[in-house]
Amino acid sequence: MPAATLDPYRKRDSVAGHGEFPLEVKQRLIGMVMEDPRFPEYLYGCYECGICVAACPSARFYDFSPRRIAQAASRRDVELMFQQMQEDIWECSQCFSCLRCPRGNNPGGIITVMREVAVKEGLHSAREALAGYSRIIYKIMSTGTQVSPDMLQPDAFPDWGPEVKDVSENLDLWRRMLPPETLHTTTTGWKVADRTLVELYVIWLETGALDMIAQVDRGIHMILEELMEERLEEEGIEV
Amino acid sequence: MSETAVSVILSKKKQFDREPDRRSADFHDKLFQLEAEGELVVQRISGDYVEVPTKYGIAKKIQKANLWHHKSCGQCGHIPGYSTSIFWIMRKLGYGYHDPEDQTSCTAWNYYASATSNQAAQAAVALRNFAAAYETGYFPLIHCGTSYGHYKEVRSELLHDGALREQVRKVLAKLGKEMVIPEEIVHYSEWLYAVREEIRSRMVYDFSNIAVTVHPACHYYKLVEGDAIFDPDVYHGQRTAAVSGLVQSMGADLRSYSTFFDCCGFGFRHILVQRDFTRSFSTLRKIEVMKAEADPDVVLTHDTGCVTALDKSQFAARAHERNVGIPVLSEAQFAALAMGAHPFKVCQLHWHSTNYRPLLEKMGIDWREAWKEFEVDAKRLERGEQEFLTWADVDA
Repeated sequence: MPAATLDPYRKRDSVAGHGEFPLEVKQRLIGMVMEDPRFPEYLYGCYECGICVAACPSARFYDFSPRRIAQAASRRDVELMFQQMQEDIWECSQCFSCLRCPRGNNPGGIITVMREVAVKEGLHSAREALAGYSRIIYKIMSTGTQVSPDMLQPDAFPDWGPEVKDVSENLDLWRRMLPPETLHTTTTGWKVADRTLVELYVIWLETGALDMIAQVDRGIHMILEELMEERLEEEGIEV
Repeated sequence: MSETAVSVILSKKKQFDREPDRRSADFHDKLFQLEAEGELVVQRISGDYVEVPTKYGIAKKIQKANLWHHKSCGQCGHIPGYSTSIFWIMRKLGYGYHDPEDQTSCTAWNYYASATSNQAAQAAVALRNFAAAYETGYFPLIHCGTSYGHYKEVRSELLHDGALREQVRKVLAKLGKEMVIPEEIVHYSEWLYAVREEIRSRMVYDFSNIAVTVHPACHYYKLVEGDAIFDPDVYHGQRTAAVSGLVQSMGADLRSYSTFFDCCGFGFRHILVQRDFTRSFSTLRKIEVMKAEADPDVVLTHDTGCVTALDKSQFAARAHERNVGIPVLSEAQFAALAMGAHPFKVCQLHWHSTNYRPLLEKMGIDWREAWKEFEVDAKRLERGEQEFLTWADVDA
């Protein structure tokens, strides 16, 4: 049996390493991508000119090509798109340099939509790509700021030089030396008002954003759900 | 600008007109139509403003005073001198502002990294912040390039998707907030561009011997490109004038290089959990190319991720004896230094990784003396004589 199909980029499920999926499952997931209201705005066909590849940072260091993303989507190639959803999409830098496309395609945007579906469905690629990333999801969803000063720890960023250790050791003092009052924080980027956080929790719950992470990290989902529901209950807000 | 191969090519294209079929539509038409139909509220520019040129010739209004600072997670968290310099310049130029606690992150760093959100949530987060600004009467000024780019995407989606508007309106109603979109979405680097002559007139150092390369942020001018500043007097209008226009006005030695269009390698997810990619791209495609082609004293950029990726990636590259070693600052820090800001109390350069001391020496700034002054203040706080440093302290 050949290791790949006639398409040189397409692999059998077993070779791609993500297990067997029935065609109906693949069709359903790719259908979700194509039904996204942004999808028609992100794809107008492909000249195969390669301008997007020339502009793409990820294409220089990974076996990744925004052109292949646009082409597979243009052909509505369910098998190839599914393979890309299991592999390629997490290599994209989301810089949107590919918007240089002369046809007006947005391969980076298509990838955003494919990633959303991969997360929502808990695909292996999403769980793997986001391994080690859970603390960031927890931080942004629970505090309303993505990175905090206390994340600057030498063991987390050994490749950023000795200054990280200096910052970490002097963190509380150096934060108190910042003249803007909102920046005297160590666990959040700035001081976020309590009421503002409650409003953010309503947004995560009302739009289904919180539930999206249930499939990729059940533990973080449970912790966040409990935190938010408890806080909203205190405020007497029902969602 | 120094003469390099790239600048010679650019100078041959004195007349540059964009192809009409590539022009993006002016979003204001739809925005004001929806306002007239009662669908949303437009927060208008008020008071003194400057009109700046954008990519397709549509004038963009930049309000000068009474701005609501939409802060950046990465700047406030890891590069605090970035935010502090923006505030400091605004204070020095005498423009009032509001630094809110009623602000969340745009959450787009996480969205572009992990996709653990969706279109409606992202739009609701944006509009919650816009409504919060509107309620104060101050006009939003976006510090982060990614927030700026993402909010322009969100605006476009909301203007053209009635079902999304309806979904977000219901969420906002639950928060007791109106659907507000500002007349312009303005990045702080556009504000600096708008007041660049005021900055030039307040400079206390001559930077004409400081060689500068600029890295423009992808999310500033590639996402919804029609909003970004392009000025015929800067790169003949072929590259965005954000950052470079300010540097040019300040009289510094603006130098070009061939990978100007390239991303910094930040990658959103990659910078946090796959930094081998970020380090490789930042150093091989940006820093080394700048060094080889332009030999700058400093790299200036205008986004959280770009400062982080370009600055922090150089430490490991040095271990591999790569041709790196250029300090990386935001142009806000650069302008603040030129206007006499303290390098540590205001610009907070001790949070940066790549060695910035030779740059300060070339600028004529005594960093040893400045660090001593910083330490005197630190001791005072350590002794408990004072809990926080204030603006009055840093201006003393």
